[in-house]
Amino acid sequence: MTELTRRNTMKLMSAALIAGVSISTLPRKAFSAGSITVLNWQGYGTDEAWSLKAFTEKTGITVVHDYYSSESEMLTKMRTNPGAYDLVILNAARCAQAVAEDLLQPIDFSKVPNASTVDETLRANPNFSKDGKGYAVPWVWGMTSLAIREGMTVPDSYAVLADPAYKGRVAMDDDAIINVGVGALMSGQDINDPKDLAAVTAALKSIKPNVKLLWSTEDQWNKSFAAKEFDLSLFWSGGSVRSKRVSKLPVQFVVPKEGGVGWVDGLGVPASAPNPEGALAFVNWMIDPIFYVEWATKIGAPASSNSAALSALPADDLTRLVHKTEYLKTTSFVSGIPDDRREAFNNIWQEVKAFYAE
Amino acid sequence: MQNDRLISASERGPSGPRSRRPLPPWVSTTALLLPTYGWLTLAVFLPLLTMFVFSFMSATPMGKAPIIFTLKQYRAFIDQPYLVGIGITSLLIGFWTTLFCAVLGFLAAVALVRSTFGKTREMLLILILLPFWTNGLVRVFSWTMVLRENGFLDSLLHMIAPEAGSIGFLYTRYAVVVGLVHGYLPYMILTCYIALVAIDDAIIEAASSLGARWWTILFKILMPLAAPGLISGAVLIFIPVIGSFMEPRILGGRVGVTMGTVIEDQFTQAFNWPLGASLSFTLLAVVLAIFATFSGVLRRGTVA
Repeated sequence: MTELTRRNTMKLMSAALIAGVSISTLPRKAFSAGSITVLNWQGYGTDEAWSLKAFTEKTGITVVHDYYSSESEMLTKMRTNPGAYDLVILNAARCAQAVAEDLLQPIDFSKVPNASTVDETLRANPNFSKDGKGYAVPWVWGMTSLAIREGMTVPDSYAVLADPAYKGRVAMDDDAIINVGVGALMSGQDINDPKDLAAVTAALKSIKPNVKLLWSTEDQWNKSFAAKEFDLSLFWSGGSVRSKRVSKLPVQFVVPKEGGVGWVDGLGVPASAPNPEGALAFVNWMIDPIFYVEWATKIGAPASSNSAALSALPADDLTRLVHKTEYLKTTSFVSGIPDDRREAFNNIWQEVKAFYAE
Repeated sequence: MQNDRLISASERGPSGPRSRRPLPPWVSTTALLLPTYGWLTLAVFLPLLTMFVFSFMSATPMGKAPIIFTLKQYRAFIDQPYLVGIGITSLLIGFWTTLFCAVLGFLAAVALVRSTFGKTREMLLILILLPFWTNGLVRVFSWTMVLRENGFLDSLLHMIAPEAGSIGFLYTRYAVVVGLVHGYLPYMILTCYIALVAIDDAIIEAASSLGARWWTILFKILMPLAAPGLISGAVLIFIPVIGSFMEPRILGGRVGVTMGTVIEDQFTQAFNWPLGASLSFTLLAVVLAIFATFSGVLRRGTVA
């Protein structure tokens, strides 16, 4: 019998390790379709267990996940791990940046049949394409606009924020990009590139007598609204659905004539993806009405970019009522902006906040 | 016998441990201090130094943007004059919070030292510290329940006077100061308590037997003797308060804009770490200048 020396033990252990690894990789090789790795926020649609089970049964593709906790982290992960991801979920504003850095590959839309019903306005978002080629399939969208207590007059313009009738009854979202966007809409400008920043500042400053508080989390919004601290607020479309559905708050979401300040998330395939075919099959599944209806009604989801999926929801579904597809025509989407402009936006919002506090 | 031993000791000569030339004192001092200073360098000084270097950069060095070294971040108070107003607000909030903490904390410590003994005193000390151990966020949010319109405070008033209006003052600077005083009071109680416990009872007995009234004892004996506690408490409170951001943000609503919230915004929202760092180093410089101005008073206080 061989002695149990250190060297022999090491040999034995490494042999066991190699055997274990090769056995665990064997069944994967047997699948012709293989597996894909998805990079996303945790708990954001792509990692629902019931959906992954159905997807694997249908296509034979297994889905592995990796998560990011901020959008800059997502870009860093893509930059530093080439070949690790097959699919990434990224905001339009970040997509432009990723495309500029050659991190994404063009999408072959013929492999995504469901994309034919994706709303044209979203697909035409310049952040998702370059030189006429699409680099991401629009997935879900939402907007920041006005929320008002039910039973009050429904406003038709952001000018209501400065209406003396709402003295001390208004809450604002403490976010520089959103507020500069609203200021731009109030002064009739492009939210991503307002030329007259002084007019934006003046529009935001004109709200001062009405502003009661600046909220920064959905929970804070819900508590203050429930305590009747304000009646009118800038709010997220998805947040309003959750407040009404989960917290039973009497809130009505309103998109005035200037339109909402919108965001849209896309599904992109990294340039170095080992399995782009599998990734596109999953993209097709993610915008499929079958998946979306179950996601939106069971768990709760933002608005699907696929108008077929959105209209497959029950007629009285809150998500569908709040996110009317006609809003897409008036909504301005937040786009990627250069650093100096971002800094200017932040400075404006700090200045306005200081003015509110005087 | 004794003689023998002496001889043998001298015979051992240079090889004996006692007569080996001792190391110079600075070596042992350094050796003993090395772990402490090493740790301080690693955990405090290096991160601060990094932030100090960041404050001279044109952008956060974590993207693709080229980094240039510049002094423009330190010009923020000139380029964005509203920051001066915010700075003054922060200093005022710090001043009022420290003042209220000093009055309440000193009186609480006097009560604790002069009128309680043994078990009761320990129990009361624990009771004072207990809320301090709960999460700060929880304490601040509980104040929103008390101070808001139709909150606990209002309900209490309406139980006595149902017709009275609202006395809720959430989303004002007063609410911010209340939250901050609540949060930092234990520092003052503890430092004053330690200073007061050291005062000999005989001094107070002597004073009262010589006919001193309670206010004479309080202002002429207790306060000067406890001055070191009051001053260290004030320093411990003033500095974090002017940088605080959580209490102003939650209790201040519209008026809750302080240097703390501005700096926090630069780090979390604007992703402009250099500006955030330069603002906090400017704030540090102002605080040091304030303490330098009052250093004479402070030194007299600690000697007394």
